[in-house]
Amino acid sequence: MVRVALIGAGKMGISHLAILGAHPDVKVVGVADTSKIVTDVLEKYSSFECFSDYKKMLEKTKPEAVFVAAPTKYHGTIVKELLEKGIHVFVEKPFCLNVNEGAELVQLAKLKGVVNQVGYHNKFIGTFEEAKRLMNSFALGDIQHFVGEAYGPVVVRKKQETWRSKPEEGGGCLLDYASHVIDLVNYIVAPINKVHGALLKSIYSGNVEDAVYALVETNNKLSGVLSVNWSDETYRKMSTTVTVIGDKGKLIVDATEMKIYFKEEKCPPPYTKGWNVKHINDFAEEVAFYLRGEEYSAQIDYFIKAIEGKVPNNKNTFETAWQTDSVIEKIKNNKN
Amino acid sequence: MERILFGDNQFFGVNHVSDEKSRAQMMKFKEDKTILRTIDIAREEGVNTFMCTTHDRIGNICDLIRQEPEKYKGFNIYPCMPYAHKYANAVTELGIVGTLKQYVPGNFFGSLFKGGMAFVSKDYMAMMELLIDAEMKMFKGINVPVIFIQNVLTDLIMGLGMKDVLKEYHEYIIKKHNAEPAYITMNMPMLLDMLESVGIKNPIICSSINIDGFRMSGGKELYEHTLKTREVRGIAMQVLSGGATPVKQALQYVCGLPKVESILFGASSRGNIHETVSLIRQFDAEKK
Repeated sequence: MVRVALIGAGKMGISHLAILGAHPDVKVVGVADTSKIVTDVLEKYSSFECFSDYKKMLEKTKPEAVFVAAPTKYHGTIVKELLEKGIHVFVEKPFCLNVNEGAELVQLAKLKGVVNQVGYHNKFIGTFEEAKRLMNSFALGDIQHFVGEAYGPVVVRKKQETWRSKPEEGGGCLLDYASHVIDLVNYIVAPINKVHGALLKSIYSGNVEDAVYALVETNNKLSGVLSVNWSDETYRKMSTTVTVIGDKGKLIVDATEMKIYFKEEKCPPPYTKGWNVKHINDFAEEVAFYLRGEEYSAQIDYFIKAIEGKVPNNKNTFETAWQTDSVIEKIKNNKN
Repeated sequence: MERILFGDNQFFGVNHVSDEKSRAQMMKFKEDKTILRTIDIAREEGVNTFMCTTHDRIGNICDLIRQEPEKYKGFNIYPCMPYAHKYANAVTELGIVGTLKQYVPGNFFGSLFKGGMAFVSKDYMAMMELLIDAEMKMFKGINVPVIFIQNVLTDLIMGLGMKDVLKEYHEYIIKKHNAEPAYITMNMPMLLDMLESVGIKNPIICSSINIDGFRMSGGKELYEHTLKTREVRGIAMQVLSGGATPVKQALQYVCGLPKVESILFGASSRGNIHETVSLIRQFDAEKK
């Protein structure tokens, strides 16, 4: 049994907690949150021990691993403290608001030799995994261009202010929706290392952007466009798509479907010339407990297995999440 | 419960295997009347129960149904609450407390905060009851014999180990709404354990049950074993597992399972509705 604690029981924290609660190899030893109503309900109806101060929780419960789902602005401080204690860390995305702070944590995690993972759950979705596999085998030949997109209905009218509307606290579409798209492009195509220009547009929010449009380049000189908008109510929920065009074909992948077009007969089996459409149920692997999608259970299971030494700790590490943070910073620095 | 239940995913762009198809469906069912016409087609095929989320537009469908009481005599709705994306999007934007403030009716929540933090157990349950009543309002005057909790909420409560909340929900639905409480889940065997642990016997549980083992957490064998050996009133959903297996083979599999009282399916066209209903009736007849 791995002794796990949670810091931050908001939307993602509660979701992680439920999956951890049902995980056969996990014992949840404590939950820390500053909201009295949340800890009160948990104390009353669940069997988790709750704390308003995470430091006290760490001291008392001595967890081997901690899930950090507190607001992004606290990630740096909390994660550093955990690493110094030699605790394995799973932290929600985005990783850090400040790239220097993030770089320090990447080094510290290596030094301490602890398992480190960030919650970019798309990498645990079968369709994106298959896209990655095909890209690794150069199935599309020389890449000409890519497009990373995400749309959804988070802010569809002017409303009251929350931490989501404060840029200094990690609010805004760039750190939320766009970080997923950047991370996926880095994974499936190649790491982005240049931003030629970006537009950060406010649509309904007063202080933060609701849309991000950017012209980018990867470290192997591929050009691409990012187009992200969380104020699009024509989408029922967040929908993330990566399109890649190469001289041998074209790939369009989202969380439910992977469509790939091959120009020639010579293509990786079982695919054939022309369009090939695969659905998530062709790839989805069974999980022991399902809450919101296989990927949320799978990423937690992967983290626990890495602690148990059953899988390598090489998926969604602090390092790849820090690369994503770096692109976010470049977009901010290059906004027009 | 009727053997065949008509679902609503297709009307609101819920498609588990294609985002693209889901958007096309949202365009097709833009008008409430198109939805009701499709429900009517299912009724013509002898399917008299509509199982649906408490989506805002279901309120409009209920208005249309209430206008023609003669036509919809004997027609049942099984509501599934809550429409989770409404709350999920709200939590993303407003946080947990902000969402409760927005959706818990009246000034209940306001007074809760004004009174400081000295509230007791009963208050949370009262809050849950108010939310249930608010979601149920749209069905006034319509036959609602069974009421479900959506899987994301059932499974969240289960993962958090809050079994008493399930028990309170169960008792409240019987007492206040005079209906049978029921559950949608992606983890049927695990849920059955938890419900039995708080004394709920032979519950109505709707879960993915299909020949491909898609979204059957814990495995297809465990589901089959559970159905064979335990007391449960099963409803099979995602029976076509998103179109991975030919329809005939997929339906033959679920029709052959014990304890599956009902089969839930959704379709947009007359042809597909007719095909599904006829095949289920055919396989059921062959069994007898």
